[in-house]
Amino acid sequence: MFRSGKKREEAPQPADGPAIIVKNLRVNYGTREILHGINFEVPSGETLVILGGSGSGKSTLLRTLVGLELPSGGEIWIRGKNFAAMSEAERDELRKKMGMSFQSGALFGSMTVGENVALPLHEHTSLDDSTIEIMVRLKLDQVGLSGFEEYMPAQLSGGMKKRAAIARALAMDPEILFFDEPSAGLDPIIAAGIDELILKLKKAFRITIVVVTHELASAFLIADRMILLDKGNIVANGTSSELKESQQPRVRQFLDRIPEPELTGEIDYLQMLTGENPPERR
Amino acid sequence: MAFTETIGEATINGLAYVGGLARLTGEAAGAVFIKPFRGGKLQLGRAIHQAMSVGVTALPIVSLISFFVGLILALQGAYELRRLGALQLVANAVAISMTRELGPLMTAIVVIGRSGSAFAAEIGTMKVNEEIDALETMALEPVPFLVAPKFLAMMLMVPCLTTWADLMGVLGGGSFGVTSAGFTWATYIRATLNAIALRDLLLGLVKAFMFGVVITAVGCQEGFSTGLGSEEVGRSTTSAVVKSIFLVVAVDLVFTAIFYFTAAH
Repeated sequence: MFRSGKKREEAPQPADGPAIIVKNLRVNYGTREILHGINFEVPSGETLVILGGSGSGKSTLLRTLVGLELPSGGEIWIRGKNFAAMSEAERDELRKKMGMSFQSGALFGSMTVGENVALPLHEHTSLDDSTIEIMVRLKLDQVGLSGFEEYMPAQLSGGMKKRAAIARALAMDPEILFFDEPSAGLDPIIAAGIDELILKLKKAFRITIVVVTHELASAFLIADRMILLDKGNIVANGTSSELKESQQPRVRQFLDRIPEPELTGEIDYLQMLTGENPPERR
Repeated sequence: MAFTETIGEATINGLAYVGGLARLTGEAAGAVFIKPFRGGKLQLGRAIHQAMSVGVTALPIVSLISFFVGLILALQGAYELRRLGALQLVANAVAISMTRELGPLMTAIVVIGRSGSAFAAEIGTMKVNEEIDALETMALEPVPFLVAPKFLAMMLMVPCLTTWADLMGVLGGGSFGVTSAGFTWATYIRATLNAIALRDLLLGLVKAFMFGVVITAVGCQEGFSTGLGSEEVGRSTTSAVVKSIFLVVAVDLVFTAIFYFTAAH
């Protein structure tokens, strides 16, 4: 578990330092380790894209960053506080400064779009109803959904659902926004619209943004920095241009969309069974 | 060897399940009865909304079923009582069986079918759609937000519905008494009032309260334990209904036994 209580007092960075610092993060599902000691930082106001194939652990990493999974080891510092080691009440306080947009949107199906966006404001602030109404209209306007307050989530198209989910994530004016596969399942035009919206939010509010995706075009469009995850390890970490130039075989394979080679020799087969990677791929 | 292992495993799983229900109930009770006094927010609006769908909209079906059950009790009772020449006791038979046993039980069965299954389906769907995760990332705890209002609504509405069901059952029995057993409505009601004691009503209401708690706990627990995929929602809904019926009958037995043995001394 998390090692010392004393580490909690000595914040490693001032508040205007990196928004997120992840140190040696390990996450288990049962006895299976999904993330094997991950290290990276997200500077304030920058957009980090976490790339990786299916089963690379990228969704687990995102779920851990927002506190839906507890790490089995390591530290997550968010705005100078060790997110993983704090009490549930402290974590909830910090969560109010974070927004998360889920892959499916995760809008509450029993509430209208407006009520969805208003929910965190009703629950966490003492603003009166008319102020909240104005704020809901504002947030929906920011994501291009003006006039959709009274619609039910089921009446919206896929792209509109994502936009509404982003509006809800923005409701509490978060300092950090997390996106899980923002363009998954959308046609290219709608997906481009979501990318544009993310860029617009970043420019307008200087929000720190973390995006998990496997869509390369969208990743290079929105990212300042990228990390590539493979089987629970970071194989590349750098700015988007650094990643583009990288000659690392695993990075090239991912970026150039080269399928996994056929398993030929007995050694390969053995490695597949034991789950260990050949050392030359690292 | 394998047989004893199976029994042991089933016992442990059963105990763990009941433990889980108790924990959920405790958390929800904390959110309803303690948190509001410590500056927490009670989801009163949601509780009222739930109370409407659990209680008010169930009135027609609860009325109809209880009326029929009261009538059936009267017919069945009259069959035996007539042979003993004690047909006038049919009012007592209906009144006591309805208030002590069948009023709470039939209400619970209707509530399981309408609300227990709906709780499991609602929470299960929210789980599948990542809505439960979304609540957590918005710093909203699922139990106080989703479960506590359901508990509050059920703790109030199931006893209310049960009282109504008792009344309808008595009317059902009365309709037989008046048409076929020589009662007038006034004599039937008087016979009923003489037959039941406050203790009978109380036993029924205590049971109804406990049934409400059990149905909510099982429904919500099954919802939260929904796996991935929409077919899982169907599974948890079915499972909520079956487990609720079993646990309601088990709780019924326990309370009936407690009342029997405490009354004997």
